[in-house]
Amino acid sequence: MERTVALAGNPNVGKSSLFNRLTGLRQHTGNWTGKTVETAAGRCGSYRLVDLPGTYSLRPGSAEERVTRDYLLRGEAEAVVVVCDACCLERNLILALQCRALCPRMLVCVNMLDEARRRGLRVDCEALSRGLGLPVIGLSAREKGSRAALIAALDALFEAPPRPADPGKGAEEAEEPCAQRLFEESRRLCRLVLRGEGGAYGPRDARLDRILTGRVWAFPVMLLLLLGICFLTIRGANLPSAWLSRGFASLGGLLRRGFRALGAPAWLEGLLLDGAYGSLSLVTAVMLPPMAIFFPLFSLLEDAGFLPRAAYNLDRPFQACGACGKQGLCMLMGLGCNAVGVTGSRIIASRRERLLAILTNSITPCNGRFPLLIALLGMFFAPAGSSALLSAGLLSLVLCGSAALSLAATALLDRTLLRGESAGFVLELPPYRRPQIGRVLLRSLLDRTLKVLGRAAAVAAPAGALLWLLGRVQTESGSLLTVWAGALDGLGRFFGMDGAILLAFLLGLPANETVLPILLGIYGAAGGEMPEIRAVLLQNGWTSVTALCVLLFTLLHWPCSTTLLTIRRETGSWRWTALAAALPTAMGLVLCAVAAALGK
Amino acid sequence: MTLEKLRPGQRATVLALRLREPLRRRLEDLGLAEGTEIRCLGRSPLGDPAAFLICGSAVALRRADCRRIEVEG
Repeated sequence: MERTVALAGNPNVGKSSLFNRLTGLRQHTGNWTGKTVETAAGRCGSYRLVDLPGTYSLRPGSAEERVTRDYLLRGEAEAVVVVCDACCLERNLILALQCRALCPRMLVCVNMLDEARRRGLRVDCEALSRGLGLPVIGLSAREKGSRAALIAALDALFEAPPRPADPGKGAEEAEEPCAQRLFEESRRLCRLVLRGEGGAYGPRDARLDRILTGRVWAFPVMLLLLLGICFLTIRGANLPSAWLSRGFASLGGLLRRGFRALGAPAWLEGLLLDGAYGSLSLVTAVMLPPMAIFFPLFSLLEDAGFLPRAAYNLDRPFQACGACGKQGLCMLMGLGCNAVGVTGSRIIASRRERLLAILTNSITPCNGRFPLLIALLGMFFAPAGSSALLSAGLLSLVLCGSAALSLAATALLDRTLLRGESAGFVLELPPYRRPQIGRVLLRSLLDRTLKVLGRAAAVAAPAGALLWLLGRVQTESGSLLTVWAGALDGLGRFFGMDGAILLAFLLGLPANETVLPILLGIYGAAGGEMPEIRAVLLQNGWTSVTALCVLLFTLLHWPCSTTLLTIRRETGSWRWTALAAALPTAMGLVLCAVAAALGK
Repeated sequence: MTLEKLRPGQRATVLALRLREPLRRRLEDLGLAEGTEIRCLGRSPLGDPAAFLICGSAVALRRADCRRIEVEG
């Protein structure tokens, strides 16, 4: 029979890394507190493992901590493994002590022993086991033998009789303000089992922080990192983009010949090749490379522990807007995917501040909108033949601008709908970790590629086919597409765009990366490489004002459907969801109207 | 004195936390309770928040919250 075992522990003690190592799954990991906000389950030998969000104690503070507490109280897991960071044992043992009162079968896993050794700390696991009256196992989650060792420990745990524990009393005890007693017990245990001086945050971290969060270097370093990532994304995407584009073109030619040889009807060829295949290849060739490069680079920064530093450096403006500094972290996550940014807002304890973070998250352009921004900048704002560095500079500027807009929206909400006091701000600055560069790059490159390809197949290809159909359904005044685009044209022109562009944004609701392919489809063009796309746009009357308005509207319009559903789930209200769509859209339309009026 | 007065590099012992509930609890969970030793690691480039060493890990706190934490240097 399969037995359910829960992994619990303080935030950022390497639970998810351990979980991945044990189950072979690929939960996203990162070096910051609150990375895991949802539970995940996987199989390890004959056990079903559940990875719980990190929690400091069983007294619930924020939403993600409540998840862990409620799960443990329900008693679904037959055993609990409390993962502790060897470098930070004193604080970690408090949770272990609270769980001890609650869980009849419990194992303490002292993780990151290798890291602790490097910092000059030794943990006597046998003494700890005697002191706690619980089985204790020492591990380094990154090492290979850890899986077998943990399974053996679990087997032994289930062979031994369960300890007497009283969940009801344990829960009460956890509620009580008995912090003092637990601290003292934890301190006493640490004196027994710890050898050596040092903690999680060492002199090396302090040295790095003096530079990365220092008065002189903090902002130049952040700007350089941003510029560097943008540069690598733009520069690196050019080649694979061209290859993919050519590959798809020649494969398309082959397919077309195949269709003709088989005598397939013209409508089928049109629907599948011009419609579905055309849209699929455009999303893959133009959109995939920048996404597949940006995301892994960003993961590296995340893995190293840089993101909380960025939030720390930038907290002051958030304070001025009545927001929690952790909103900065959510915005950074939003650069990858807004749905992730919205879910990530669970690290914010106060409901008001969390709503601020959720409602403004989609103003940060997600990975799916990057390629469109890059394409627009490259085609209309960087002069032909200029270096990728200029485009990267422009993209960095756009990103800084989006952050400013996001803050402005936050300030607006703070002074109108979401008035209230600051609930206080506590942010952990984790020790820097050398990211496992090869692994992180490869894994997130692969993940991202598969995800984008999956979405291209699931969304872009059907959308392409549908578009082709809509382009063929004739009414008295032209095809359905032209009729719709025509109906929106007046509105679009007022905002510096045209009907086709608005229609493309509307039809692109399921996935932002499909907006450009859809637009080209409405214009009746197949697309291809950048110069061809630019020619199509110019033919359809684009000017640099059009491009600017599309750029603004790309930053500021409704979130994609996935994000909207996530906002609904996180806020539990369609009204907040509607506001999350209306707010950026209204801002975008105002800015576009101003730009269009000035452009004339 | 209160925690906001602590200069980078200085140490102090916590005397009292005069904070509202969720925040007080969160800080206690992080190991910041009466009697804990705390060290100021530095200030963020814009001057606020500041980072403190609590129980071996670095934690950032805003000035407004530090004003409500009584320490003895």
